[in-house]
Amino acid sequence: MTSRSRAGLVLAVIAGASFCIGPFGLQAITSLTHDSDLSHPGLPGALTLDHYKSAVHEQPFAHIVRNSLVVASAVTLASLAIAAPAAFAIAKLRVRGKSVLLGATLAISMFPPIATVSPLYLALRRVGLLDTLPGLTIPYTTFALPLALWILTGFFQDIPSELYLAARVDGCSMFSAFRKVLLPLAMPGIATAAILTFIFAYNEFLYALTFLSSPDKRTIPVAISLFAGEHTEPWGEIAAASTLATLPLVIVAIIFQRKIVSALTAGSVKG
Amino acid sequence: MTRARSEDTRCYFFVLPAVIVIAAVAVYPMIPAVWISLRRVIVVFHEDHFVGLSNYAFLIHDPRFWTALGNTAYFVLVAVTIELLLGLGFALLLHTSFRGQKFFRVAILIPWAIPTVVSAKMWAWIWNPEYGLVSRLLPGSEMNWLGMPGYAMHAAILVDVWKTAPFVALLLLAGLETIPVDLYKAAIVDGASPLRIFFSITLPLLRPTIVVVLVFRTLDAFRVFDAVYVLTGGGPANTTETLSIYAYKMLMRAGDFGYGSTLAVVTFLCVMAISAIYIRLLGMPTRNIRI
Repeated sequence: MTSRSRAGLVLAVIAGASFCIGPFGLQAITSLTHDSDLSHPGLPGALTLDHYKSAVHEQPFAHIVRNSLVVASAVTLASLAIAAPAAFAIAKLRVRGKSVLLGATLAISMFPPIATVSPLYLALRRVGLLDTLPGLTIPYTTFALPLALWILTGFFQDIPSELYLAARVDGCSMFSAFRKVLLPLAMPGIATAAILTFIFAYNEFLYALTFLSSPDKRTIPVAISLFAGEHTEPWGEIAAASTLATLPLVIVAIIFQRKIVSALTAGSVKG
Repeated sequence: MTRARSEDTRCYFFVLPAVIVIAAVAVYPMIPAVWISLRRVIVVFHEDHFVGLSNYAFLIHDPRFWTALGNTAYFVLVAVTIELLLGLGFALLLHTSFRGQKFFRVAILIPWAIPTVVSAKMWAWIWNPEYGLVSRLLPGSEMNWLGMPGYAMHAAILVDVWKTAPFVALLLLAGLETIPVDLYKAAIVDGASPLRIFFSITLPLLRPTIVVVLVFRTLDAFRVFDAVYVLTGGGPANTTETLSIYAYKMLMRAGDFGYGSTLAVVTFLCVMAISAIYIRLLGMPTRNIRI
């Protein structure tokens, strides 16, 4: 490679990386900057944790974080519990109509969520689950299923069928072969699917905005979108709350980068 | 034979929960959605009666609907085009080896992991007329970027591009990695220029991946809500109002469930129509799952 094209490559990489990280970095800096310094150009003179303190105190912050964690964990558990047996059956058993099932899940993953908002809203209201966390968990689980199902089907297919057959020959029932032999082998896949499902549920906005109305029931994205000050928008606090809420995701993404990328590119549609 | 048959029936228990949940929460609500769209439903006034197709008749003559459809189409067209081009650029970069490649691979995953709501807030801050990065870099130009028609839509597109181009890059990179290295070696031996290699080897062999990405990104961008709603709320003067946002406002702000559902059903029909056109033109998109 010539030195000129080398320099071009370096420049392109720096530009690309700054484009990806820049806004997040700017938000982190904003969250640590005194309000009085926000109007000045350049880096802040002194850093402060004030915005973090007020972001945590002024809103029912602990409630909101807890809501998001509870919903995302419940969705992850439920959708994996439903998707894992189905993925196993699709990959290893003679289930008729498996291509129809996979096709249907792919199709619903492309549903515009707005199309189901009004019937789900009225249904949740009828059964008294409106403005409750379980009321949010049920639709989330459904719309996280396609992702989990596609990722897990891929993982179960990669496990040799001989292992399943050997377990059956040795006297395992269909279910215990799944539970004792195949499921432990699919654990890396389950872990990956869990990460992606969790992130999906943690980030979802439209249903959370529609189905929850009390301030202390809100999830993180709704709280951040509705973050309002008395007079002007409290940008420092929004930045602090956003940084707190997203830093865990960014760290998870960095740690499990390889797993996430391979799952996204092999079996999934969108995380 | 009997054993094989009992085995066949029992294996359906494994898929049953998935089928039930999908049918009950994803497919079934579409029926009431269509039903509600044929009614006049104002929840707060307990008003609920059948009106036939009059919501649809209203929709045809509703200029705000056509504006929202146009906004959505423009958003999809521009955002998906930029995402594909930028994503391809990123993917080609990642496909060459250089120092710091691992760092770039991690950096590219950050926008994907960040909630869309947070991304939109981040960009809203960058465009802030008084304190935003843009105003600071261009002193004296304290413009309310997000308050200006034209600018606001492109700012919304930028949020989507920032969030999704890296994801597109990862998918395209996976496609690039399936192209045999021998082809490139042979082309270099034959004295092909890098540009020629790109257009004669890389692009044709990457076509199946590009098609998959194109289809899924189009359908995903068409239902856009979070990025635009948080950034601009559909304003200024409805110039960034997409179909999802219009339907949401009709449902939850105006409380008009009948017409809101009509808008939602039409959005759904648009997504179906786009899928049908793509399948007709490009064939069924295949994924890496062997059925």
